[in-house]
Amino acid sequence: MAELQFREAIRAAIDEEMGQDEDIFVMGEEVAEYDGAYKVTEGLLDKYGSKRMIDTPISELGFAGIGVGAAMNGLRPIVEFMTFNFAVLAADQIINHASKVRYMTGGQVEIPIVFRGPNASAGQLSATHSVSYDAMYAHFPGLKVIYTSEPADAKGLLKSAIRDDNPVLFMESEQMYGLKGEVPEEDDFTIPIGKAKVKREGSDVTVVAHGKMYHVATQAAEQLAKEDVDVEIIDPRTVKPLDMETIVKSIRKTNRCVIVDEAHPFGGLAAEVGYLIQREAFDYLDAPVQRVTLPDTNAPFAKNLFDEWLPSPDQVIDAVNTVTYRK
Amino acid sequence: MAVKVEMPKLSDTMEEGVIAAWNVEEGDSVESGDVIAEVETDKATMEVEVFDAGTILKILVEEGDAVPLGGLIAVIGEEGEDISDILEEAKSAGGSSEDTADKEKSEDSAESMGDEKEESFDPVFGDLDEKENGQSDDGRIKASPLARNMAEEQGINLANVEGSGPHGRIIKRDIESYEPSKAPAAAPAATVSREDKEHRVSQMRKTIARRLSESKFSSPHFYETIDIDMSAVWDARKQLNEISESKISFNDIVVKACATALRQHPQVNSSWHGDKIVEHGDVNVAVAVGIDEGLLTPVIDNTDQKGLQQIAAESKTLIEKAQNRDLQPEEMEGSTFTVSNLGMFGIEEFTAIINPPNACILAVGAIREVPVVEDGEIVPGKRMKVTLSSDHRIVDGVVAAKFLNTLKSMLENPLGLVL
Repeated sequence: MAELQFREAIRAAIDEEMGQDEDIFVMGEEVAEYDGAYKVTEGLLDKYGSKRMIDTPISELGFAGIGVGAAMNGLRPIVEFMTFNFAVLAADQIINHASKVRYMTGGQVEIPIVFRGPNASAGQLSATHSVSYDAMYAHFPGLKVIYTSEPADAKGLLKSAIRDDNPVLFMESEQMYGLKGEVPEEDDFTIPIGKAKVKREGSDVTVVAHGKMYHVATQAAEQLAKEDVDVEIIDPRTVKPLDMETIVKSIRKTNRCVIVDEAHPFGGLAAEVGYLIQREAFDYLDAPVQRVTLPDTNAPFAKNLFDEWLPSPDQVIDAVNTVTYRK
Repeated sequence: MAVKVEMPKLSDTMEEGVIAAWNVEEGDSVESGDVIAEVETDKATMEVEVFDAGTILKILVEEGDAVPLGGLIAVIGEEGEDISDILEEAKSAGGSSEDTADKEKSEDSAESMGDEKEESFDPVFGDLDEKENGQSDDGRIKASPLARNMAEEQGINLANVEGSGPHGRIIKRDIESYEPSKAPAAAPAATVSREDKEHRVSQMRKTIARRLSESKFSSPHFYETIDIDMSAVWDARKQLNEISESKISFNDIVVKACATALRQHPQVNSSWHGDKIVEHGDVNVAVAVGIDEGLLTPVIDNTDQKGLQQIAAESKTLIEKAQNRDLQPEEMEGSTFTVSNLGMFGIEEFTAIINPPNACILAVGAIREVPVVEDGEIVPGKRMKVTLSSDHRIVDGVVAAKFLNTLKSMLENPLGLVL
């Protein structure tokens, strides 16, 4: 095992897969000459050349469409968006084409494409750079959506995503690129898409948190442990397909659930998970499911407001106190 | 030309109707035959149709308000038509002051709701049913699904458990820490004073109150009770149900026996009319059915001419309709005798108030297994007590006793009923 940064783990996954399959290429803004806006693709131009590491103009709809076309013709593109906030411009290619081609051709045309890049807010980038898109894309049939929280998961899941014959959206967070963690080095290390992980075992309450929120939940859990509250944390890792089995199993043990989501409350992942829990585990619930999300407002720019806007460990602690009837 | 829609007479005994629901709003256009409202009468909820086409110009009565027969409830006409004359007339006719007051009240509450919304914006939930006194409005026990499940598994009555969750919700830890022996002792500590609740008196309840008082206070009741050996009926019913298409209940057999006995005792099948006694040609037995809102007495017409199977089928249909409040007024009219049975609740014997204009009502108790003395030996027997309430103006003690004896002999030899 090597200790890698999040960005290095992603790079390792791309590098290993590109080395094994010549059909894989990377395309996006500044992925080649500049080594990637967040240095994810550093050194790959030198290794694989400009035919497989392609810099594009600022034209999300255009290069996403080229990616879809290339995938339809048998290549395996990895399309990097500088952020998923800009990928809204390419939403037509993702939602209307990538997700539907296989279905509309009766399964004859596969779309082995990965769209990847940072999702949700970074520090103080204001309203148009701070939206979390995982639930939006998960809404549409035909798309797989991954929003990971740790380097090892990122590597294993990205390798699975690249090998998948369906379109996969692979989401990261700008604020996690420097995060370090132990990452397996083997070439065949993959993590199946659609498997949640119990990342912290506990008996008092189940906290479901993915992406950046996993780290917020972890801070809350550490604080709560000092107060003798035993928190179990489940990282769904893939938003779609969603592994409810693991979540429900945990709730049957703890009888309580808090969902932490970096998105707005209405119709988000927390809403979906909350619904599924009441359907699958109603008789095991000792309290209504609570969720901690962004408020139903756009991201503010001012630092003090922005910090208030983001879900915080304190909010998670409050929610845990509510479902455990502590306060 | 504007048309007035008035409260129609929907049953013989109806004096006023309550608008249960409006199906239209002001400004809606209607065709002849459209159902514009549902009206709760003293007996059932009925539909109000309009006979004219046009636009609903004005609705004068709020849902839940009572209107006397012939009272104006709505005005239909052409859009833009001036109906101030009609409204003025309706106002001076009275009865609308209460309406206006109610309307003002509801406007007030609508305003205050608006204010609350602005204060705390929760588009989905607001603060639904949460009361601070530990129980929701309807008095049901609040418990988490898990606590409910645990209590059921452990045979704990949730009513004895004190909830420590928000608003008194019973949660897992309350079940885990529950000690049955402490329950009664804990109860006094847990008492809370709860506010009295006022309920609007429904049309049905008003009618029941009026008619039963009339009956009890105007007709001199007397009561005779007789104990009947039901073992033969017990066996006969078992055999009958093997061949009958409709499941025959004990009550169906009692109803059939009453009908047959009434044929032999026409005085019991009579009505008091002040200056005359009407001896009814038909024997129509009503069956008292208790529902949440009150008491209904659907009638099995020509009961004496029907077989047990038919009585069972009709009675089943009528009871279901009564429970769903689907009974039509004609299905509750024309009874000549009533049977009220509380046997299924384990009531041994009781006295019922006569259902006017009947002369008598039979109160039927439960069939009990009791020791009886036969030929100097104690043997197990099945007995049922029935009490006949009679209007002494028509029926004398001996007449009632003879009727009861006929009834007893029929039930003790039930084969005769099958003939």
